[in-house]
Amino acid sequence: MKNDSTSRHKVISYAKYGYFFILPFFLTYAFFMIYPLIYTFILSLQGNGKKLGEFVGFDNYRALLFGGSDSLGLHQEAFWSSMGRTLILWAGNFVVQIILSLLLAVWFSDSRIKVKGAGFFKVAMYMPNIITAASVASMMVMLFAGQKDNAINSMLLNLGIIGEPFDFISDEWASRIIVMFVQSWMWYGNTMLLLMSGIFGIDTSIYEAASIDGSSGMHTFINITMPILKPIFIYVFITSMIGGLQMFDIPYLFHTGADYKPHLETAAVYIFRNFRGSGNILGRNHGLAAAASMILFVITVALGIFIFKFNSESTGIKKRKKKG
Amino acid sequence: MDKKAAAAREQAYQRSLKVHGIIRLIVCILITVISLFPIYIIVINATRSHEAVATQGVAFLPGGDLINNFNSLLTNEYVAELFDPLKGYLNSLIIAGGSTLLAVFFSGLTAYGLTVYDFKLKGAATIFVLAVMMIPTQVISVGFMNFMAQIGLLNNMIPLILPSIASPAVVFFMLQYMKSSFPLEIVEAARIDGCGEFRTFLQIGLPMLKPAFAVQAIFAFVASWNNYYTPSMLFVSPDAPKTMPMMVTAVVNSYNFNEFGAKYLAITLSVLPVIIVYLALSKFIVKGVALGAVKG
Repeated sequence: MKNDSTSRHKVISYAKYGYFFILPFFLTYAFFMIYPLIYTFILSLQGNGKKLGEFVGFDNYRALLFGGSDSLGLHQEAFWSSMGRTLILWAGNFVVQIILSLLLAVWFSDSRIKVKGAGFFKVAMYMPNIITAASVASMMVMLFAGQKDNAINSMLLNLGIIGEPFDFISDEWASRIIVMFVQSWMWYGNTMLLLMSGIFGIDTSIYEAASIDGSSGMHTFINITMPILKPIFIYVFITSMIGGLQMFDIPYLFHTGADYKPHLETAAVYIFRNFRGSGNILGRNHGLAAAASMILFVITVALGIFIFKFNSESTGIKKRKKKG
Repeated sequence: MDKKAAAAREQAYQRSLKVHGIIRLIVCILITVISLFPIYIIVINATRSHEAVATQGVAFLPGGDLINNFNSLLTNEYVAELFDPLKGYLNSLIIAGGSTLLAVFFSGLTAYGLTVYDFKLKGAATIFVLAVMMIPTQVISVGFMNFMAQIGLLNNMIPLILPSIASPAVVFFMLQYMKSSFPLEIVEAARIDGCGEFRTFLQIGLPMLKPAFAVQAIFAFVASWNNYYTPSMLFVSPDAPKTMPMMVTAVVNSYNFNEFGAKYLAITLSVLPVIIVYLALSKFIVKGVALGAVKG
């Protein structure tokens, strides 16, 4: 009976509608993503500054990855230190973020001890995530930038905590810590909600069984909650890393000042500045910006494949079980 | 004797639960204060005079200079060319609204096509959507901007709106949603009644996807409204349709304009709509965050 109806459908064949319905997506994707990606690759094989548009082969990649004695070779140092800074800023923010959000996620999903007003707390804690990053950065500029007359300095001076104004933006580590703080401040609520969904997904009968067997809070957490959360953990870790590689708004806007300090120049800021040609050796360095983008693209794809593999491995077990 | 001991243990257990509960409550209050404090500061400082902000920094109570700050923000000659709140709101609204509508409609269409129909490339197309979900648009921006310049779309809103037709993450979310709560029989029934395929999508598919649309629309809107990188790369000419985040950063970083209160007011104006929308829809948002991310 069922076979009959499907074979009758094949006679009328609705297959073409499937193609019609997905066509706009794929056309748009090809036009606005795939072609620009190919074009970025083509640009990465072309020159910079006065040589814009000239074919130079893999010169830009050579310069970024291995350096060289020419002026282009100077970019190896600039690019890799921007990658290093990106990694530092991301890692500092991630550690704080994950500890805080894990703690809160476990608390909010603990059925023994209900935190009063958990609904309100969740709303308040997620709030920083929806606020425009550019506005947050502007706010931080207002609070910390300038020599004497910024809000934080005048508060600290009035309270007598510091004797003279402190330059938060020029100081390498002070500015980094501020950026890390802002990043974790913006993202811990998001991570917390992701982890919570994982904890709520855990079958509560496991916890009951564990408590009957005499397992206590910390023990249960390490031996039951953590292993079950592993896939979400990896998801959060990798997506945060992919996001971290693109970190732009806050480091870029936080260091715009009279004197440019490179200690907040992340990889994305490096690309942006080379693309725009602001304050660089060769002017508009589209070739280098494109080559650096392609390197980021390859890293992103590698990280993405890692999640994909990991996810399909853990779901693969389920599939095998079903078959068996 | 045994009963007494058990009762005592039970009491001690209850007491420890209570103590833990109080500790957790206090920590949560502290973290919430940290979360809200910066936002509170900018709103308060928007009501204070330049002198008050410059000399006293942070205050907890609002001042009386909100109107003055508004005046200097709207009348100062240097600000006039950088910051026009109504225009900024309008530009941001057109871009965010347009891209949200396109994202949810076409993602719904794509997910519907991939769920309802059987065709040769269905599997490949689905895998493609999943595979490209993680690729951020930022890594292709060099090629994207050069391409847009070639076809004359620099300083134009179109490159910020049209690409939303292809939003892999939204399609993924819709696919998950349809898999769990879309009965395919209803499409069969509509066919038997002689309803055309596209009309079936519009009149049956779309209404059934409404709950999924709501959540994704909020996130798409906020993401587009908050975007700073793409518009600031795309809008290079002075008369480009600047978005709100661009205007705010321009005012805050302006050296010719040094009214602190007014600068804080500009920041407040840029975050206020997002905060209002968030507070109105927070229930859906807090629930929706995890929905699109976790598989199965």
